Amino acid sequence: MASVTVDTSAADAVTAKGVKPPRLAPNYWPFVVPALVVIGAVIVFPWVFTLWMSVNSWTLGQEQEFIGLDNYIRLAGDMRFWESMWHTAIYTVLSVVAPLFLGTLAALVFDGQFPLRGFLRGVFVMPMMATPVAIALVWTMMFHPQLGVLNYLLSLVGIGAQEWIYNQSTVIPSLVLVETWQWTPLIMLIVLGGLAAVPREPYESAEIDGANAWQKFRYLTLPMIAPFLMIAVIIRSIDAVKSFDIIYAMTQGGPGTASETINIYLYNTAFAYYDIGYGSAMAVVFFVVIVALSFVLMMVRARTNWADMEDR
Amino acid sequence: MTHRMLNRIGLLFAALVMISPVILFFIWMISLSLKFEIDNGAYPPILIPERVAWSNYAKVFEENNFLLYFWNSVLVTGAATLLALVIGVPAGYGIARLKAERAAMVIMIARMTPGLSFLIPLFLLFQWMNLLGTLLPQIIIHLVVTVPIVVWIMIGYFETTPKELEEAASIDGATSWQVFRLVALPIAKPGIVVAFILAVIFSWNNFVFGIVLASRETRTLPVAVYNMLSFEQVSWGPLAAAALIVTLPVLVLTMFAQKQIVAGLTAGAVKGG
Repeated sequence: MASVTVDTSAADAVTAKGVKPPRLAPNYWPFVVPALVVIGAVIVFPWVFTLWMSVNSWTLGQEQEFIGLDNYIRLAGDMRFWESMWHTAIYTVLSVVAPLFLGTLAALVFDGQFPLRGFLRGVFVMPMMATPVAIALVWTMMFHPQLGVLNYLLSLVGIGAQEWIYNQSTVIPSLVLVETWQWTPLIMLIVLGGLAAVPREPYESAEIDGANAWQKFRYLTLPMIAPFLMIAVIIRSIDAVKSFDIIYAMTQGGPGTASETINIYLYNTAFAYYDIGYGSAMAVVFFVVIVALSFVLMMVRARTNWADMEDR
Repeated sequence: MTHRMLNRIGLLFAALVMISPVILFFIWMISLSLKFEIDNGAYPPILIPERVAWSNYAKVFEENNFLLYFWNSVLVTGAATLLALVIGVPAGYGIARLKAERAAMVIMIARMTPGLSFLIPLFLLFQWMNLLGTLLPQIIIHLVVTVPIVVWIMIGYFETTPKELEEAASIDGATSWQVFRLVALPIAKPGIVVAFILAVIFSWNNFVFGIVLASRETRTLPVAVYNMLSFEQVSWGPLAAAALIVTLPVLVLTMFAQKQIVAGLTAGAVKGG
C-alpha cells in the first residue's frame, strides 16, 4: 500500500505540471465503444432519420418526396393536434398533482416505525412494477358501467353510476385514476429517500417551542424535502407526458378523440394511417416539448435549491 | 410506552388505508380470473364464487397459444437484458471513469425520449432488412429500453466505488481490461443486480414496440393479452387470468428483489434530476 501512496502523489505532481502520467491514465474508451455503436444504431440513428422523414411527404407504400417544412406547417394548423396537446397537458398536470399529494402522504406514513412496515412497503410498490397493459385491462373491467365493481362500490355509498372511460367528460380523470394508482409508489419512494436524510434536532427544538404536527410539517419537513419533491415532479411529468400503454389499452384515445394525447395521435398517424412523414414531424415536435419541459423543470429546481441555500 | 404503542398502531392503520387500493385491486383481479362468466356478470358483484373456474387458466394456454407467447417474452427480454449488460456495464464503467458528461447526457435524453419516436424509423429499417416476422426486431428495439437503464445505473454505481484499488492494480502492471474484470467488476455486483432486475422488468412490461413489430407468431405476452381483448368475444374470466399470467413474474420479482428495486429507482431518480 505504501508504494501506491507514493506513486499517486508523484503522479499528481506530474499532472499539476500539465504532463500526462504515462501509466496512470488507463484507456477507458474501449469500454465505451461497443455501447456507443449500439446507441448510435438504435437511438441516435432513429433521431436523425426521424428528422429527415419529417421533411418528406411519405405515406407507406407510396413514393416519398421532399417537401421542406410543409409537415410542420400542416401541424400548426391541425386542430386535432392542438386538441391532443391540450389533452396531454391536462392529463400530465393531473397525473403529477394527484400522485405527488398521495405519495408524500404515504411517505410520511412509511417514514415512521410500525409492525410489518417492510412487507407493506413491498405491497405498496407492486403497482408501479406491474405490466401496464395487464393492469389496464382489469381496470377496464372494473370501469364497466353495468357490471363493473366500481359503480357497485359507489352505489354502496349512495353515489350514482358513472360512465368512467366511456364518457367524453370523465375519460381523462378516469385514466388519471389508473395512472395515480400505478405511480403514487414512485413518488413515495423518492420522498421517503428525502425524509431519511432529514436531521432530528430541529424537531426536538420545535417540540420544546410547542409546535404542533402541522407546523412541524409545514415549516420543517416541507422545506427540507422540497428538492426531492421537485425531482419527483420532474420524473413524473416526463413519464406522464409520454404515457401510452394505459391510454391505448383502455380507450385508444376515445371515446371519439376525447382522450387522444400527442403520443396516441402520433401512433395513429404513423401506424394506423401510415402517414410516416407527418408522424415523424409530430415525433420531432413531441421530442422538443419533452426536452423543453425537462429543461424548464430543471431550471425551477436549480432555483429552489438556490433559495434553499439563501434560507440557511 | 403506551403512547408509543398507540402511535405505532395508528401508523399501521394509516399504512393499511394507503395500500388498500393496491390490495383490493389485486384481490379483485384474482377473483375475476377464477369466476365463470355467469358469476362475473352477476349484479351485485360476487367476490368469492361457489364454483371456482380453474378452467379459465387452462383456456388461456389452450386457446391462445400462450406458451409460445410466454417463450417469446422470455427470449426477447432475456436477449435484450443480457446484451444490455454485456455492453452497458463496461460502458457505465468507462463513462464514470472518463467523467464523460456528454455521453451521460445522451443516455439521459434517450431515457426521456418517448419509445414511440424510435419506432417509426426502426420499423422502416426492419422492413427494408426483411426482418419483420422474426423476433430479432423486437430484441433490437428493446435495447432502446435496456441499454440506457443499465448504463445509467452503472454510471451511478461506479462513481461511488473507490478508484484506489484500481490504481494500485494498474501500477502493478494490470491492463485496463484486467483492472476492470478483476477489480472493478466484482465490487460492482450489487449494482449489476439492480440494473439486471430493472432492465428485465421494463423490457418484460413493454407493450408499444410489440403492437407494431410483432406478427402472429412473434407476439410477446403484453401484446398477446391485449389482442385477446380486441379480437375475440370478450370473456372476463380468461382475460383476467391472462392478465395475471402476464404480470405475475414481474410481481414475484418485485416481492423478492424489493430492496434492489427501491435502491435502483431512487438512485436513478436522484440522478435523473
